Amino acid sequence: MLKYTIRRLLLVIPTLFFVALITFGLAKAAPGSPFDRNPDKPPKQEVIDRWNRFYGLDKPVYEQFAMYVVNVAKLDFGLSVVRQRPVVEIIGQGFPVTAQLGLQALLLALAVALPLGVISALKQNTIIDYVSLFFATIGTTIPSFVMAIFFIYFFALGLKLFPITGWGTPQHMVMPTIILAMGAAAFLARITRASMLEAIRQDYVRTARSKGLREQVVVVSHVLKNALIPVATVVGPAAAGLITGSFIIETFFSVPGMGREYVRSILALDYPVIMGTTLLYAFFIIIANLSVDLVYGMLDPRIKVAK
Amino acid sequence: MATASATQRRAAELNVLARKQRSLWQDAAYRLFRNKAAVAGLIVIAAAFLVAIFADISVGDFHFSIAPYSPTLIPQPPASQMEPLWTGSKYTDPRYLLGTDFLGRDILSRLIYASRISMVVGFVPTAIVFALGVTVGLVAGFFGGWIDQLLMRFTDVIYAFPDFLFLIIIVASFRTSAFGKIMDGLLLIFVAIAIVGWVGVARLTRGQVLSLKEREFVEAARSVGATPVRLMWKHLLPNALAPLIVTAAFAVPGAILGEATLSFLGVGIIPPTASWGGMINEGFPLFGTNPWAVLMPALCISIVMLAFTFVGDGLRDALDPRMKT
Repeated sequence: MLKYTIRRLLLVIPTLFFVALITFGLAKAAPGSPFDRNPDKPPKQEVIDRWNRFYGLDKPVYEQFAMYVVNVAKLDFGLSVVRQRPVVEIIGQGFPVTAQLGLQALLLALAVALPLGVISALKQNTIIDYVSLFFATIGTTIPSFVMAIFFIYFFALGLKLFPITGWGTPQHMVMPTIILAMGAAAFLARITRASMLEAIRQDYVRTARSKGLREQVVVVSHVLKNALIPVATVVGPAAAGLITGSFIIETFFSVPGMGREYVRSILALDYPVIMGTTLLYAFFIIIANLSVDLVYGMLDPRIKVAK
Repeated sequence: MATASATQRRAAELNVLARKQRSLWQDAAYRLFRNKAAVAGLIVIAAAFLVAIFADISVGDFHFSIAPYSPTLIPQPPASQMEPLWTGSKYTDPRYLLGTDFLGRDILSRLIYASRISMVVGFVPTAIVFALGVTVGLVAGFFGGWIDQLLMRFTDVIYAFPDFLFLIIIVASFRTSAFGKIMDGLLLIFVAIAIVGWVGVARLTRGQVLSLKEREFVEAARSVGATPVRLMWKHLLPNALAPLIVTAAFAVPGAILGEATLSFLGVGIIPPTASWGGMINEGFPLFGTNPWAVLMPALCISIVMLAFTFVGDGLRDALDPRMKT
């Protein structure tokens, strides 16, 4: 197990290297430069040359990449081309906001999805089941920014319950958190229901019932315990979805997080910021998936981790 | 139908009821059409197709358009920010059933033309993704060796790259190039979705092939001298088709969502061409003044996405009841 963990952890580095390579390659292959922002008033060639020297863009491409990798290893992601601030500083400012939003959404999703999935499985094919399935379908299908539009229309413009955009007070956080959580909640509820239904039909459940255990005990300690293992495995992908989903939500609600910074840098072709945030996003997704694989092995003794 | 009558005769000999033979696919179609949600979804998709086709069609001298105006027509003097007729507010104009956007363009016409983008972007990249992914997956799974190793290592990296992050980076990098401007940016979106998507399909196909190729029917075909190409296309692929079809059914709305999100963020279809995501992007700054310019495209996206999901769920249940979640 320890050997496996170490091997998987070591694999994170080459994967991140390739993510950096792909992003860097795209940045270099793309036409246009961050310095020609205003097509009517292009900067003088000597100014561009100076900027290129300043950012190290006058060196051969492989040298630039090597330099970038070395700097990233030292946690230096370079300077934002558009805002002349260190990328680390920009990310450092947005990250706590994004992390808070993401964690709130994940907790909310779990708090809604688990009971909903369990109840609809226990009451299979009743009205409760159909209603929760219907909401799960809506939640997984309707894109978050479309859902956000409906939310703003009804709750902010209509009922005036919450401010439309911004961040800071608890009222500001309600809508972004709910909408970000929605997709993950729907997805987790579907998995929980399916996994519960499978567990209920197992022989050991019949045995537990036939030896006269109370229904509560059967459900909690026999069904639930086994049904939640597959659910644990999809919390990773769900968290990854929250991470990438957050940049649409943050842009939509003007939340000053990393995601909004990411979209802004993409619109401005601010490559140092794009690369820094992409690497960080990829890192979190890899870690989310990795921790799930490891936890899965611990939760389910039937899963033998290979080698 | 010599075989059928032979079957019936044999059944009569055994004194059992001869049931009409149904293939797996007929069975699946039967189950699909009994699923009310899936049928409703199919009807919506068919309607969306008709709208997209008849948005503007000319055969010879014959012109027909269900859209009342051109999607980019700015009338003079402009009547901008009109609300839909049924709201009955003083900001309505009988010429514009659903109102107008911030430039005074007819929202109904723009919605109709935008359906073309969504329909095309749903199906074309999915076709590319599957042509490429299935071929690579079949070859990698069947032959194994270095091709397989290469594919698996490659997919490991792509998997760490979140789909949408990858998509947006490709599109953002090239949207200002000459290539990015072809067909109002559609071609770049096709290519980007294909680049991001084919890997997953290849991996799925490979997995199917790996589990199928050790089965007896493949062994039997091989023993009578079937070539590798024949084995792959006539024996392995048809048996791996069910999960692939289900994946394709969900890839189509996925692609539509991808385009809508890109256009919403302002890096998708190039204005003034109408796309639902783009209409949301344009209308959103004035959401408080005229919410309908944003709500209408949002409704269109929701309905089409739901329709595709219902069909996808229906197909999954019809093709393999065990996959049901």
